Amino acid sequence: MLLRLWLLEFLTTSMGRSRFITNKKESKYLSKLELEQKVKTQMKRSPLSRDGNKTLTPRVITWLGLSNGALTTVACKSCDFVVLSYIGHKTPLSLKPFSFTLSIYATLDRKCNSRPRVRLQVSASQDGVIGERGGARSVVITLVLRGSKSGDPDSFFGRLWEAWRGRAWEVEGEGEGSAAAERGSSSSSVRIAMPVVGISGLLRREQEIWESTDKTLQDAFQDLNALMSKAKEMVILAEKMRLKLLSGPANQANAVKDEEIGSKQEMQDWMLSVGIASPVTKESAGALYHQQLSRQLADFVKLPLEKSGGMIALIDIYCLFNRARGTELISPEDLLQACALWEKFDVPVMLRKFDSGVMVIQNKSQSDEEVFERIKALVLKPDALKIGISPSDAAMTLGIAPAMAKEHLLTAESKGILCRDTSPEGFRFYINLFKEIDVNNIHMVKDYGVYSCWVSAACAST
Amino acid sequence: MQKLGDFKLPHFFNYPPYFTLQPIRDTREKQVQLWKELIIDYCRTQKVFVIGLEEEFPLFANPVIERSLSHEAREVFLSALVQEGRAEWVDKGHKKCLILWLRIQDWADYILSFVKDNGFEDGVLTVEEIRSGIESRGTELHGMDRTILMRALKLLEHKGKATIFKGTSADDEGVKFSA
Repeated sequence: MLLRLWLLEFLTTSMGRSRFITNKKESKYLSKLELEQKVKTQMKRSPLSRDGNKTLTPRVITWLGLSNGALTTVACKSCDFVVLSYIGHKTPLSLKPFSFTLSIYATLDRKCNSRPRVRLQVSASQDGVIGERGGARSVVITLVLRGSKSGDPDSFFGRLWEAWRGRAWEVEGEGEGSAAAERGSSSSSVRIAMPVVGISGLLRREQEIWESTDKTLQDAFQDLNALMSKAKEMVILAEKMRLKLLSGPANQANAVKDEEIGSKQEMQDWMLSVGIASPVTKESAGALYHQQLSRQLADFVKLPLEKSGGMIALIDIYCLFNRARGTELISPEDLLQACALWEKFDVPVMLRKFDSGVMVIQNKSQSDEEVFERIKALVLKPDALKIGISPSDAAMTLGIAPAMAKEHLLTAESKGILCRDTSPEGFRFYINLFKEIDVNNIHMVKDYGVYSCWVSAACAST
Repeated sequence: MQKLGDFKLPHFFNYPPYFTLQPIRDTREKQVQLWKELIIDYCRTQKVFVIGLEEEFPLFANPVIERSLSHEAREVFLSALVQEGRAEWVDKGHKKCLILWLRIQDWADYILSFVKDNGFEDGVLTVEEIRSGIESRGTELHGMDRTILMRALKLLEHKGKATIFKGTSADDEGVKFSA
C-alpha cells in the first residue's frame, strides 16, 4: 500500500517496453528483480512483484512489473517507477561505501546462495512520499537481483551509480524537479552500513583502485560521449524541425504548391525516421538484448510497414532501423535474430521468407489472397491480357517495391493464377489460360470466361 | 485466325506463355498436353512423320508474337509423346523424332483394311507401291514414312498375315498378303 503511493503509474508501449519521454535513455536493463520495501517503523516486508523487468534511466528506475510473471506475454499496461531524484543524495561521496556494500553482497551470493541485493535507504513522509519535506520515516528499498545470468550486479550498480552521480534530473531540472530535490536533500539521507576493517577494508581499497581506472577510461571516452550526446541533440533538433514543418503549411496553405507540400511531407518523414529515443544496446540489455531489440523493432516497423503497403524487405528495414538508431548500429545477424524472436511474442508482424530466399517483414493481417485478387484484376485488364505485366508494372500498381512485386507474382504463379513468358524482351506474367483450354478440342473457345476475354483482346491487336 | 499453310492454328498459339516452358507442375502438365495435341494434329494433317529437333519446324515458332520454343521445351514436348507411345526417338541423341499419329498396330490394321478394300489378298505389292501407288492415293498410306510402313508390315508378317520378300535392291521389297 505504501509503495503504491509513490510508485506512479507508468505507460509502456504495446510491445511492453517503457515509453520514454524526451531525453531519457535506458542505461541498464535487468530481468528478474524483486523489489522489497522495508519501512523502519514497521519492518514490514512486502515483495511487490515476484518477477519483472527493471530499467534504469538517468531519472527514474522503471519497474516493469509483469502480472503473470512470464516475460513472453506482455500483459501489463501499467508499470510503476521510483523517481531516482527522490532517492538521490547531495554528496556523491557518501555513495561510495554503497558500492562497496554491493560487492560484499555479490561475494556473499556465491558463498551463501543468497541473491545480490542493492539497498537504497530513503526517508519518506507520513503518507509515503519520498523525499518531500517532513520525511519522518526511513524506507529501505531493496532490489533483489534474481537470476544468475541476467543480472550482472556490478554493472547494474555501476549504471545506477553513474546515473546518480550524473544527477541527470538536476541537469534537466526545470524548477519543480530540482527544487524538490533541494528540499528533499535537507531531510533525506542515504545511510548504508559500511564495513571498514578486515576483508571488507581490502575490498574497499580494491574498489578505489578500480574506480580510478574507470575514471581514466571515462576520460578517454569522453569525446565519444560528447559525440553521442550531440547525436541526441540532433534527434531533438530534427523533431523540432518536423513540428515546425507541420505547422508551416497551415499558415500559408494557399501559397504553397502541391509540389512543395510533397517535398515537405518527404522531409517530415525523413525527420521522423531519424530518432529512436532509447535504442536497445547490448550494454543496457545484456542477456536480454535480442529479446528487447525484438520488441523495439516490432514497435518501429509499424510505420514503415504502413507506408510500404504491408510488406517491406528486410534489407530496407535494416537501413531504416539503423538510421533511426543513430550511433548505436546493429549487425544484420542481430536484426535477423530479433525478427526470429517474434514468433515467441504476440506481435502483429512477422518475418517471411520467400521461396527465392528473399526475406521480408509483413503484417500478419495481410493476406496473400488479397494481394492475389489485386494481381488478378491487374492482369485481366485488356492491355495486360495482350502483353502481360512485368514486376515493375505490378510494383507501380500495388504500390510496393519491384523486388516485392516479383515475389508476389512468383507466388501467384505457383498458385496457378499466372504463368510466365520469357523472351528477349524480358520476363512477363500473364493470366493462366492453360486451365481454361479443353485438351480434347483445342480450337474451341467458350463464349464466356477468361479465355474468350483473352481471345478478343488478342485478336483486337492483330 | 492464323494459319500455317492450310492448317488452322488454335487461338492459344498467339499466347506468349505457350512458348515458355512453365515451371509450375500443374500448369506445365496442361501446357505439355496442349502441345502434344497440336503436334499430332499438325503432323496428321500435314503428313509430317519426322521432326528434327535442330531443324526448323513451323509449329515451333510464332513470328506474329515473336516467340519460339527453346530446345529444351521441344525435347520435353516430344518426350511426352514418346512416353505415350505416340512418337519414337530415331536416334539416341534425341535429334530426330518419329511421330506416330497412328500406332504401329493401328497402321497394320489400316494396311489390312486397305488390302481388303482393294482386293489385294494373295496378291503382291511392292513397298513403294503402297507408299506412292495409284491405289493408295487419297488414303493415309499415301506418302507415309518408309520406316513406319516397314515396321507395320513386319508386325503383319509376325502375325502371319503377310510375307515380306527382298528384291534386288532395298527399293523393291515386295509384300504378299495372305487372307
